[in-house]
Amino acid sequence: MSTSATAHHDAHHDEHHDTGRNTTLGFWIYLMTDCILFSCFFATYAVLFMNTAGGVSGKDIFDLNLIAGGTAALLLSSITFGFAMISAYKKSKGGTLLWLAVTFLFGATFIAIELYEFNHLIHAGHGPSTSAFLTAFFSLVGLHGLHVTAGLLWITIMFIDVAKRGLKDRTVTRLGCLSLFWHFLDVIWICVFSFVYLMGAM
Amino acid sequence: MSQHDHDAHSHGSSVSSYVVGFVLSVILTVIPFWAVMTGAFDRATLFAVIVVTAVVQIVVHLKYFLHLNFTKEGKIDTLSFIFTAIVIVMVVALSIWIIYESVLMMMY
Amino acid sequence: MNLLGKLSWDAIPHDPIVLVTLAIVAIGGAALFVFMTLAKKWGWLWREWLTSVDHKRLGIMYIILALVMLVRGFADAIMMRTQLAVATNGSEGYLPPHHYDQIFTAHGVIMIIFMAMPFMIGLMNIIVPLQIGARDVAFPFLNNLSFWLAVSGALLVNISLGLGEFAMTGWVAYPPLSGLEFSPGTGVDYYIWALQISGIGTTLTGVNFLVTVLKMRAPGMKLMEMPIFTWTCTWANVLIVASFPILTAALAMLTLDRYLDFHFFTNDLGGNSMMYINLFWAWGHPEVYILVLPAFGMFSEIVSTFSGKRLFGHKSMIYASGVISLLGFIVWLHHFFTMGSSANVNAFFGIMTMIIAIPTGVKLFNWLFTMYKGRIRMTVPMYWVMGFMITFSIGGMTGVLLAIPGADYVLHNSLFLIAHFHNTIIGGAVFGYLAGFAFWFPKAMGFHLDPKLGKVSFWCWFIGFFLAFMPLYVLGFLGMTRRLNHTDNPDWNVWLYIAAVGAFVIAIGIAAFVLQLILGFKNKDKNLDKTGDPWNGHTLEWSLASPPQFYNFAKIPHVEDLDAFTDMKEKGTAYQRHASYEPIHMPSNTNAGPIMGLLATAMGFALIWHIWWLAGASFIGLIVAFIFRAYASNTDYYVQPDEVARIENEHLDNVAKG
Repeated sequence: MSTSATAHHDAHHDEHHDTGRNTTLGFWIYLMTDCILFSCFFATYAVLFMNTAGGVSGKDIFDLNLIAGGTAALLLSSITFGFAMISAYKKSKGGTLLWLAVTFLFGATFIAIELYEFNHLIHAGHGPSTSAFLTAFFSLVGLHGLHVTAGLLWITIMFIDVAKRGLKDRTVTRLGCLSLFWHFLDVIWICVFSFVYLMGAM
Repeated sequence: MSQHDHDAHSHGSSVSSYVVGFVLSVILTVIPFWAVMTGAFDRATLFAVIVVTAVVQIVVHLKYFLHLNFTKEGKIDTLSFIFTAIVIVMVVALSIWIIYESVLMMMY
Repeated sequence: MNLLGKLSWDAIPHDPIVLVTLAIVAIGGAALFVFMTLAKKWGWLWREWLTSVDHKRLGIMYIILALVMLVRGFADAIMMRTQLAVATNGSEGYLPPHHYDQIFTAHGVIMIIFMAMPFMIGLMNIIVPLQIGARDVAFPFLNNLSFWLAVSGALLVNISLGLGEFAMTGWVAYPPLSGLEFSPGTGVDYYIWALQISGIGTTLTGVNFLVTVLKMRAPGMKLMEMPIFTWTCTWANVLIVASFPILTAALAMLTLDRYLDFHFFTNDLGGNSMMYINLFWAWGHPEVYILVLPAFGMFSEIVSTFSGKRLFGHKSMIYASGVISLLGFIVWLHHFFTMGSSANVNAFFGIMTMIIAIPTGVKLFNWLFTMYKGRIRMTVPMYWVMGFMITFSIGGMTGVLLAIPGADYVLHNSLFLIAHFHNTIIGGAVFGYLAGFAFWFPKAMGFHLDPKLGKVSFWCWFIGFFLAFMPLYVLGFLGMTRRLNHTDNPDWNVWLYIAAVGAFVIAIGIAAFVLQLILGFKNKDKNLDKTGDPWNGHTLEWSLASPPQFYNFAKIPHVEDLDAFTDMKEKGTAYQRHASYEPIHMPSNTNAGPIMGLLATAMGFALIWHIWWLAGASFIGLIVAFIFRAYASNTDYYVQPDEVARIENEHLDNVAKG
C-alpha cells in the first residue's frame, strides 16, 4: 500500500514539474506571436506616419516630458516585478504581495498618463479618425496600452491567488509567465518610445 | 537558505542582476531622451543614437529581465526569439520597402 | 435604443436558391435533433465528444467539420461552374451578381479556412502525439478551445447564409472595396469575425503543438529523429505562430476602419490600401505552406510504408521543409506583382519565388527514390500519392511561370492563376489529406473502408480535376479573368462546358467517398482492424490498438530508431506484455471549451449586427470563463493500473489472434 502511494506521489510530482516547464515555454511562444502582431502595427505606422492629411504630425503633438514620465513608471514597474519574482522564488508570500501591489501602482500610473495623453489629443481635435498618421499612432500605442491593462488585470488576479492559496508551484509558474509578459511589454515600449515618440519629435 | 539561493539562481534572477539591468536601462533611456530634448544634434546623429540605444536596451532587457540564455534549459526560448526576430526583420523591412517603392512609383 | 442592432426581418434573403437551401438545412437539422433525442444521445455526445480533451477525438471532430464544410464549399463551386456554363453568349444565367459574388467569396474562405485547415489540423491532432509517443498534447484544454473557436468561425460563415449576406469582395477582401464606403452591409463583417475568431484558435493550436513536440517526445527520440509527418507538421506550426498574428493584425485594422472610422486603408485622409494587401499576403503566402507541408509529410509516410522501405533522405526532407518555411516569408509579393511597386521589388520577389521551387523539387526526388526498387503495394493511399505527384508537378511548373513578373502582368487574375492555385492546393494539399485520411482511417476509427469505392473516388477526383482545371489554363491564355458572372465570347464556351463537366465528375468522386463512409460504418463489424497495424507501419502510432487506447501508451516507449516501430518489430520488443502498470495521469474533459466557443460565436454575431450589449456581455463572459477555467483545480484524474492492464491485455490478445 505504502509503495503504491509513493509511486503515485512521484508520478504526480513529475507530471506537475513537466506541466510547469510546458506552460512557461508555451507562454513564451505565445509572446512571440504577440511580438509579430506588434511588428505589423509598427510596420503600418512606418508606412503611414507621413500621411498626416494636412493635419498635425508627431512633432506638433508629442509631449516628451509626459512620455518620459510614463517610461519611468514602466521601467520602475519592471524592477519591482523582478523583486516580486525573487520573493516568490523564496516563497515569501508577504514580499510577493507587496511587490505585486507596487508594480500594479506603477503600471496604473503608466496607463493614467497614456489616458491623459489620448484624452488631451482627442479634445484638441487630433483623434484617431483625423488622419492616417493619427490612426496608426493611436492603434499602435493603444495596442500596447491594452496589453498593459490586461497585465494589470492579471496582476490583480495573481494577487488574489497568492493571498488566498499561497505560493504553490502552479502559482509560481503563473507568476513567471506574468513576469515574462510584463517585461516583454517593456521591450515593446522601448520600441514605441524610440521609433514613435523620439523619432517623431526629432 | 542555500536552497532558496539555489532556486533564485536557477531561474536566472537575483537582486543584483535586476539592479544591473535596471541601471543600464535607465542610462540607455536617458541618453536618447536627453539627446532629442536638448535639440543640440543633427538628425542623422539623433537617428543613430536612438536606434543604437534602443537595440542595446532591448538586449539588456532580454538578458537581465527576460533571462534569455544559451543553457540547455533556456536555449529553446532564445532560439525561438531569434527566429521571431528574423521573421520580424524580414516582414517589416520588406513591407516598408514594398510600400515606399510603390508610393514613389505613384509620384505622390 | 435598439436591442437587436441592425438585425430585423429584412435580414433574411428572399432569393429562392437560398430559401430552398435554408429549408433543407432546417429539415435536416430537425431530423438530426429528433434522432438524437429519440436515441437519447445528447448526454453521450456532450460528455464523450464535445467536451473531450482527447486529441484523437478532437481530431475526428475537426475532420467532420472539414468534411461538412467541404460539401458546403463544393456546392458553391458547382454552382459557379454551372452558372458560367449557362451564362454564355449574353445569357445572364441563374445567379445574379449579388448572389454570385457572395458564392465565390464564401467558396474561397470556406475551402481554405474551414475545410483545408481543419482537415490538416484534424490529422495532425490524431497522429502527431501518437508518433512521438506522448499521451496527449501539451495543453489539452487549449486544444479543445481551439477546436471550438474554429467551429465558431464556421458557424458564423453559415449563419450568413440565412441572416444578412456574406462578403462580396473575393476571399482576400481588399479595401477599399471591403471598406464601409463600398461594402456597407454585414457581409465583410461576417468575413472579418469568422476569420478572426478561427484564426486565434489556429494560433493557439500552433503554440500547443510546438510545445508538444519540443517537450513531450518519448525518451530516446531526438528532435532530428521525429517521424517526417510530425516534422512537417512542426514546420507548419512554426509558420502558424509566425504568420497568423499578421492576419490578426490586418483584420483588426480593417475592423477599426469599418467600426471606428479609422483610416488605415481608406482612400481619404492618407490611408493606404496597399498595406492591407501587403499584410494579407504576408500571412497568405505562409498559409499555403501551412496547408501543404503536412500533406508532404503524409505522402512521405505513405510512400515509405507502401514501398516497404525507409524514407529516402529523411534529413534532407526536414531541411527542405525548413527552407520552404523560411523562404515562405520572403515571396509574398508575387501575389501582387501588378500592384505597381518598383522593378527592383518585383525582381527580388520573383527570384525568391523561383528559388522556393528547389526544396520542393528535392522532396519529389526523395519520394521517387524511396519508391525505387521498393516492393510497392498499390493501396488507396498510394493512388492518391501517384495522383499528387503528377498533378502537383504541373501546378508547381505553372507556378514558376507565374513567378516571372513580366509573365504575371499578362496572367494576373486570369483563370490561368485560378487553375494554378487549384492545381497546387487540390493536387498538393487536398490529395494529401485524402491520402492521409485513407491511410490513418483504420487507426482512428478501428475499421477498414472499402478500397474499391476508395479507388472510384480517387479516379473521379483525379479525372474530374483535370477536366475542370486544365480548360482554365486555356481560358486564362484566351484572356478570361476571374470572378466573371457571365461571358459573351464564343471562343470560351467549349472550355467552360468542359470545366463544368469536370466539376460534376468530382461530385461523383465526393459521392463515392461519402458512400464509402456510409457503407464502412454499416459493415464496420466485418472490417475491424484487430491488430492495430494494418499496413505494416513504421512509426509508433501503429504499435497501438485501433482505435488507440484513450491514454495512448500504457508505458511510454523507449525509441531507438528513426522508424521506431519497425525497429521494435525487428528486435522483437513490440507487443510486450507487462506484469504491472503505473497509474496514468490524464486530463479531465471540460465544458469550458464549448461554452467559450458559444460565447465567441455570440460575440462575433453581436459585433456583426451591432448588438453592442450582447457583444460586451459575451466578451466579459469569455474572459470570466477563461479565468475560471485557468484557476479550476480538479482538471485531471488517474487511470488505475488494473484498468490499464485490462485494456492492454485485451489488445494484446487481439494481436495474438490476428
